[in-house]
Amino acid sequence: MTPATGRFKTGDRVIVKFEDRPGHLRTPWYIRGKSGWIERVYGDFLNPELLAFGRDGLPKRTLYLVAFDYGEVFGKPQGPKDKVLVDIYDHWLEPLA
Amino acid sequence: MSDDHGNDQPKHELSYYAKRIYAMRDLLVEKGVITEKDIQCQIEYQEARTPANGAKLVAKAWVDPAFKARFIADPKAACAEIGIDATALNEFVVLENTPKVRHMVVCTLCSCYPRPILGRPPDWYKSFNYRQRSVADPRGVMREFGLELADDIEVRVHDSTADIRYIVMPLRPAGTQGWREEDLAKLVTRDSMIGVMEALPGLPD
Repeated sequence: MTPATGRFKTGDRVIVKFEDRPGHLRTPWYIRGKSGWIERVYGDFLNPELLAFGRDGLPKRTLYLVAFDYGEVFGKPQGPKDKVLVDIYDHWLEPLA
Repeated sequence: MSDDHGNDQPKHELSYYAKRIYAMRDLLVEKGVITEKDIQCQIEYQEARTPANGAKLVAKAWVDPAFKARFIADPKAACAEIGIDATALNEFVVLENTPKVRHMVVCTLCSCYPRPILGRPPDWYKSFNYRQRSVADPRGVMREFGLELADDIEVRVHDSTADIRYIVMPLRPAGTQGWREEDLAKLVTRDSMIGVMEALPGLPD
C-alpha cells in the first residue's frame, strides 16, 4: 500500500458505477449502482483487474472503504444503524452531488 | 509425517476440479517448476497457522492498552512484536467491537481471509449460503450462532473483496478482571474474530 492519490476523501458521497465486463472484477454486484459514502481512505494498490491476467497492475488505484445503508442496498433496513461496508477501487466510483 | 503416500491420488471418484488440480500439480512437478517437497512444505506451512495467533493478539490487546493502540494503528508491526509472522499477509485492519458496535466479516466474491493470523477459513465461511446471507441478513446469521443483538447496536458487515483483510477484536467478556493473558486467549474463538459470535463467557471455575 502506498499513500492515496485518488479523487475522494472521507465523508464524500459516492455512487458505484453500474458496469459489467468480463474479467477479475472486485466490485460485488449488489452494490453496483448504489450510493454510499467514503468511510476511510486506505491507499494505492496495484490494480487486481490487471494483475489477474499477468499484467503489471499499473496505474495503481486508490482503495476506499465505502459504507452503505441497508435501505439503499437491500430496500429494507436491518437494525436502524446497521451498515454494509465494501472495499472499492477509485475507478469504480463517481462523485454524488 | 509418513512420506509413503505423499502424492498418491485419493482412491474415490474425483470431481472435475480435483482432477484438474492434480493434473496441474503433476505437470508443474514434471516440468521442474516446483518439487513435491515444495508442495509438502507449503501444506505444512498452511496447517501450522491457526486462530491461536489471532487469539494471542486479542488477549494481549485486552490486557495492555498500549499494545492495543499499536495493534490497531499498525497490525503487522504488532504481530512482529509478539513473534507472529504476518509478512505474507495482505494489509490487514483490526475492527474493534464496542458495546454499541459489532463487526462481522465476509468475502462475498470468494473466501478472502487473514490466514496468517486465523489459519484456514472454516468451510461455512466459503459457502454460498454465508456469503449471501451475511450481507443480506447479518442479524439472522448471528442469531444462528447464538448471538442476539439489540436493535440499537450498530452492526457493520465488512465485505473484504479487495486488498484488505479484517480481524474482529471481540469485547472482553465480563468477569475476567485480573485474568492472565494465556487464559483470556482461550476465550477468543475463531468465530468471534470473524464476528459471528462473542468471545466465550468468562465463567467462574
